[in-house]
Amino acid sequence: MLILECPYCGVMADETDLHGGGEAHLKRFGPGSSDDEFETYLFHRKNPKGIHFERWRHVSGCGKWFHAARNTMTLEVYGTYSAQTYEPPKAIINAVKKKHPEWEGWT
Amino acid sequence: MSNAVSALQGASFDGYCKVDEAGLVGMITLRGDLSSAAVAKAVKTATGADIPGQGEITEGVKGRAGWMSPDELLLIVDHAEAPNVVDAASKALANEHALVVNVSDARAVFRVTGAACREVIAKLTPADTSVMQPGMLRRTRIAQIPAAFYLEDDETAVLVCFRSVAQYAFDILSDAAKRGGEVV
Ligand SMILES: [Zn+2]
Repeated sequence: MLILECPYCGVMADETDLHGGGEAHLKRFGPGSSDDEFETYLFHRKNPKGIHFERWRHVSGCGKWFHAARNTMTLEVYGTYSAQTYEPPKAIINAVKKKHPEWEGWT
Repeated sequence: MSNAVSALQGASFDGYCKVDEAGLVGMITLRGDLSSAAVAKAVKTATGADIPGQGEITEGVKGRAGWMSPDELLLIVDHAEAPNVVDAASKALANEHALVVNVSDARAVFRVTGAACREVIAKLTPADTSVMQPGMLRRTRIAQIPAAFYLEDDETAVLVCFRSVAQYAFDILSDAAKRGGEVV
């Protein structure tokens, strides 16, 4: 069972209290973008075996969206953080790097 | 004025814990900036309680104030008083980015009474009920429905859910409280 700490409530919420929102930190390509960019924005998602940055919603709790950095293979959670950011905070990046010095970064 | 009735009109079940539908309870949703002095004053006037911190529920002479999210409180007041409380708070917060709504009749409230009240709720929710103490409030789910609960004291849990699922909540709480279902 995946358990994430909601950064707003400060409680440990398990998967059944949450709703997954897919890959985090997507950049929107809307009107004026090329067909290729638009297609990538709409349909192309990372699907790594390993470190992944995701959006989650504390659906039966506070109802807020937040971010989580976790490992899709080991289910290890590196941390959760606010939705009000365009990229993972330093502390989260450091937590991942500590475990995986070879990691290439989130982008 | 129509005669207000609660969802299950005080239904009750006697198991190794007692499950009671609490009858008419005034409930108000207040959304706004919880760090604002005007909001704190409105909450104080409505309930007598202080603004609760994250995951807390505070008590005053006229009611309680529960922390529902970083920008939402649940005010628990007398049912008949709720419309007046909403009017007063809405006026007091007219210049704030805030919203006050009477949700009393959209909700149902249950009381689970007995030494094992935490255990009865633990059978239905993924939340860790063993860490819950009076003064804490947890929003989570019981079985298939969203619910929030807090403890009035060590042997009294109060659980709030939507009125439309009141019967379901009562049934699963009663089932969890059945004699013979004790875990320890
Ligand atoms: Zn939350």
